Amino acid sequence: MGESKVGAVLVVGGGVAGIQAALDLADSGFKVYLADQSPSIGGVMAQLDKTFPTNDCSMCILAPKLVAAGRHPNITLITNSEVVGLNGEAGNFEVKIRKRSRYINEDKCNGCGLCAQKCPVEAIDTYNKGLTDRSAVYVEFPQAVPLRFKIDREKCIGCRTCQEVCKANAVEYYQKDSEVILNVGSIILAPGFEPFDARLKSEYGYGRYQNVVTSIEFERILSASGPYGGIVLRPSDGEIPRKIAFVQCVGSRDAQLGNNYCSAACCMYSIKEAIIAKEHVPTKLECTIFYMDIRAYGKEFDAYYKRAKEEYGIQFVRSRVASITEDQSTGNLFVHYVGEDETPRIEEFDMIILSTGMQPPKDVEKLAKVLGIKLNKYRFCETGAFTPLETSKPGIYVCGAFSSPKDIPESVAQASAAASKAMAIIAPERGKLVTVKEAPPEIDVGQEEPRIGVFICHCGINIGGIVRVPEVVEYAKKLPNVVYAEDNLYTCSDDTQKRIREKIKEHNLNRVVVASCTPRTHEPLFRETVREAGLNPYLFEMANIRDQCSWVHMHEPEEATEKAKDLVRSVVAKARLLKPLKNPTVKVTPVGLVIGGGVSGMTAALELANQGFEVHLVEREKELGGHLKKIYYVLEGEDPQEYLRRLVKAVMEHERIHVYLGASVVEVNGFVGNFKSKILHNGEEKQVEHGIVIVATGATEYKPKEYLYGEDTRVLTQHELEEKLAEGKFNAKKVVMIQCVGARNEERPNCARICCGQAIKNALKIKELNPDADVYVLYKDVRSYGFKEEYYREAAAKGVLFISYSDEKKPKVTNESGKLKLAFWEPVLKQEIQMEPDIVVLSAATIPNPDNKRIAEMLKVPLTKDGFFLEAHMKLRPVDFQTDGVFLCGMAHSPKFIEESISQACAAAARAATILSKKELEMEGIVANVDEDLCSGCRICEYLCPYGAIEMKEKDGKLVAHVIEALCKGCGVCGTACPTKAIILGHFTTEEILAQVRAVLKEMEAIAA
Amino acid sequence: MESNPSTPPKIVCFMCNWAFCEEELHVPYNVNIVRVMCIGRMDPTLVLETFANGADGVMLAGCKPPDCHFIDGNLHAERAVKMLKKLLALTGLGANRLELLLTSPIESKDFGSYAKVFSEEIWKLGESPLKKDELASMIRVNVDAAKNAASAFRLRVLLGREEELTEFLNAYGEKIPEEEFDALLDEVVKAEFIRYKIHHLTRANPRSVKELAEAVGIKPSAVLRHITNMRRKGMIALERVEGNTPLYRALEVR
Repeated sequence: MGESKVGAVLVVGGGVAGIQAALDLADSGFKVYLADQSPSIGGVMAQLDKTFPTNDCSMCILAPKLVAAGRHPNITLITNSEVVGLNGEAGNFEVKIRKRSRYINEDKCNGCGLCAQKCPVEAIDTYNKGLTDRSAVYVEFPQAVPLRFKIDREKCIGCRTCQEVCKANAVEYYQKDSEVILNVGSIILAPGFEPFDARLKSEYGYGRYQNVVTSIEFERILSASGPYGGIVLRPSDGEIPRKIAFVQCVGSRDAQLGNNYCSAACCMYSIKEAIIAKEHVPTKLECTIFYMDIRAYGKEFDAYYKRAKEEYGIQFVRSRVASITEDQSTGNLFVHYVGEDETPRIEEFDMIILSTGMQPPKDVEKLAKVLGIKLNKYRFCETGAFTPLETSKPGIYVCGAFSSPKDIPESVAQASAAASKAMAIIAPERGKLVTVKEAPPEIDVGQEEPRIGVFICHCGINIGGIVRVPEVVEYAKKLPNVVYAEDNLYTCSDDTQKRIREKIKEHNLNRVVVASCTPRTHEPLFRETVREAGLNPYLFEMANIRDQCSWVHMHEPEEATEKAKDLVRSVVAKARLLKPLKNPTVKVTPVGLVIGGGVSGMTAALELANQGFEVHLVEREKELGGHLKKIYYVLEGEDPQEYLRRLVKAVMEHERIHVYLGASVVEVNGFVGNFKSKILHNGEEKQVEHGIVIVATGATEYKPKEYLYGEDTRVLTQHELEEKLAEGKFNAKKVVMIQCVGARNEERPNCARICCGQAIKNALKIKELNPDADVYVLYKDVRSYGFKEEYYREAAAKGVLFISYSDEKKPKVTNESGKLKLAFWEPVLKQEIQMEPDIVVLSAATIPNPDNKRIAEMLKVPLTKDGFFLEAHMKLRPVDFQTDGVFLCGMAHSPKFIEESISQACAAAARAATILSKKELEMEGIVANVDEDLCSGCRICEYLCPYGAIEMKEKDGKLVAHVIEALCKGCGVCGTACPTKAIILGHFTTEEILAQVRAVLKEMEAIAA
Repeated sequence: MESNPSTPPKIVCFMCNWAFCEEELHVPYNVNIVRVMCIGRMDPTLVLETFANGADGVMLAGCKPPDCHFIDGNLHAERAVKMLKKLLALTGLGANRLELLLTSPIESKDFGSYAKVFSEEIWKLGESPLKKDELASMIRVNVDAAKNAASAFRLRVLLGREEELTEFLNAYGEKIPEEEFDALLDEVVKAEFIRYKIHHLTRANPRSVKELAEAVGIKPSAVLRHITNMRRKGMIALERVEGNTPLYRALEVR
């Protein structure tokens, strides 16, 4: 000890979780080293085709993050590396990293790819899961970050051809492995997972039958950038299948293999793959999913599952597949299974996808040994029930699938959460090791004739496979004021950013147009690129020739090419008129406001306070604790009440946390960095100033109307049962639990996520108190995902009977002259069973806090149809709102377990820290502007503005409208309504829009004239 | 197969300018000599063109090591012939229609008798299958594919680097064992031959994986894999889907 702390963090693993953690840390003033074993970052997400439940293209939403991490001045990528040594302790570690040789000089390689074109040797393409080949010198995928080639030493014959053709002299055959020593304050582990090796499940024939593929192979098959160009083909003969099946739980929930856990994401990704397959197959495709339980437990997942069944006609069969055999003459496959009626069946399919589970990453024991962290019995990282982010070693944190199998949004949230933990212990070092990125001075292009450069993207084959891109380039070259045009395989790739900058210099471009995909995901990237070249970022515009052209006209290449020309022409016409805009800056009040004092709110407040920020924590009740007050046990064994006491104490005693009990936030004004809010506390309104808001308003237990609840005291909810168990007032001998009460129905179609775990927990507790008690659980699907599966198995082993029911045959609870009776359908015996339970326990749904609506309106943030808060993006921005500076966590987002709420709360704090750590923020430049001479002071704009961004100011004796730039979102509604046309919206002026309209409607000669 | 046609086979002999004295060339009248400066000049594509133009057999005659007028052109010829024989076997013409004869100019052998023996060998094999109607069209496709494969950058690099890599040191300071290199060459020759054959077959009409598998004589799964690689290299594209069968068409190779 005694050593000083270091304001740098090492993130091990460059998948989406590692990248998110790195970005949050770097954006909060810490130096980050992002290390990955692979030659480029991106992890498994880079191999996926689409993502559930939004069906966003995976690479499209990931690529901007790859580029952001690659170009961040405070992130150093250390690819192709492994951690080999660790010294020191939390706050001041010394980490030794071995960088394996690429045989290519990273500083010299510019990613041109000539070497790969000329390389005479082919190797199996692992990025495409071995479905095709690549050359021995390669990048994993065209958008790879860093875009630096690597020689596959196993395959390279050392023929020197790449060296001869490399113009950059980057090939170094004698390059040796090297070691670097890093000095960091904390470490985040995000090494991800390894897909289960399906060969070990030999009865499914993977590796023997060509048409049996794994889910990750199928992702590549589905992908437009994959080996089959996005058409689903059978590997055996290249035919498009007519009938495919998915087999769930391959390598998961499998006692024989010792994998007694659920891989948590496979049900959803299989549903997604089935949906996408149907969309990618031009002919009719039948999809069947063989499952044990459909675990659609996440936010809006059940709605997606329902769509798969009802809209897409995907068949779901509840059965564990016994084996798969092949018809050698056709390559078709037979699935052998036992139907729900207990009769053995055989069904023929053209192709089968094995939903392979998640395994800990390869070589994980080595990593654990080097770092001195403990692994659990499945070799995932060991964590505690209330410390989901902490490894067994102080200063080392974990996130993503390495702590337990999980999907992308939870990995992303955990990544931010781990970042919060990692920065808290080195909070005083914030800002000490970072460099501020200096953009070159902005070139004044005001008086110049427009000189437009047009960059047209093939997007692999997404655009280029349909639109004749070179023809569009030639066309663009002839458009007025266009002085340069070119096509790119991927305009968003790192090397193209460099090219754009070079071309701006070379041709003195003063406007740039990119014709590619959607500005919603890619505009910020290109704006930054033109800014780096010295242009104002608003001298840039995009034409969406993918989503609006090649994707919708994929069967009309002629028309698509013509339409691409129209779109490019119209955007060029607009670009001629583009004017530079300024990004307003606002000061930041480094104070947080947290609404809700449950476990999430308290955790978020504590995290922010530990990072050095002041926090106002507002709780409606008279004491802190929220939902957690009612939880007496958790499956994992720890004591939640003890945890709650410690948490409350820490919050109450923290000097930077101001707690308001029995209080509510009644008014929120202002904008990111500068909120002014009113808290009603003890009958008084207190005004507070803060930079961010975290919504942690929790949720409540549904009060059932079903099954005699409220009429018969022997019918309880799980919470009520838990209380009885805790107080020792429980003495029933025969207990029936009914799952999904108030959930997964017409009114609330989604799963309440935690009730299966609750039921298992309480059933185990009953068995502990009285092993002879009979416990029945009537369920639709048992959704004990992740490591909770273990407890499901334990409960079953201890004699808890799990019996499935369907909506058509719901259980019936009656009171017959004082006797509590229950009737349910036994699907195996095929008969109705009558019994007289002592109590019936209803697993009541967790429903949104009724106050959500008021809070949503106050904060101008949206709710889901179900009434939970809706985040900015379900996949990659799980704790952000679309409104800057407002975040959410815990059950306000959707039902979740304690450890999940803790993770999300920490995540919200980390995201908030990216704002609170800055002295000032740069805001969006597309804002409304008032011509004060024209303004009549009618206040229509003030009334209409949905963001309160217009205030009236006195000028020369009259009231005129004034735009608060930091609040303005750039929608333009004010200007549209202005009776005197005094309001102009930057970047979308009437002239600019009209120029675009004229150009889209007229031939090019007319515009040139 | 008529094993002994009445007319003697047409044989072209490429001969090193320095290998034999004029008086040694008592060759049968069906053997025609084409002079080259060194037998190392023999580009594999020239040999394949010679077969394509109707030769029943091809001889390459040069000097026996270590006696080469141009230091080691004869060794290059040896390597080229080794690769050519692999290609010829794939085309269906047969590897033994090509022979490399290296003799020492000092020992002064009777070339005429060698030529006679080779001619008789070829006579036994019968005329080139390219002249037989029932086989001609497919063999022509094969020879065309072999020509393109022999012109492919990949194969020419391997051929050009073979000596360097197997007899001296590669870029890593290692020597590649000859068997290992030969196995790689086998693989590449076969892959390039098949890809160019698929390319040839899909030029006029788009074809399915199954049709191509039948035409090429390999498994459909192998054809599909070649197609994935050909797509990557811009050699082929999906033309349309008929029923559940995708049809592919060759792209012009740049």
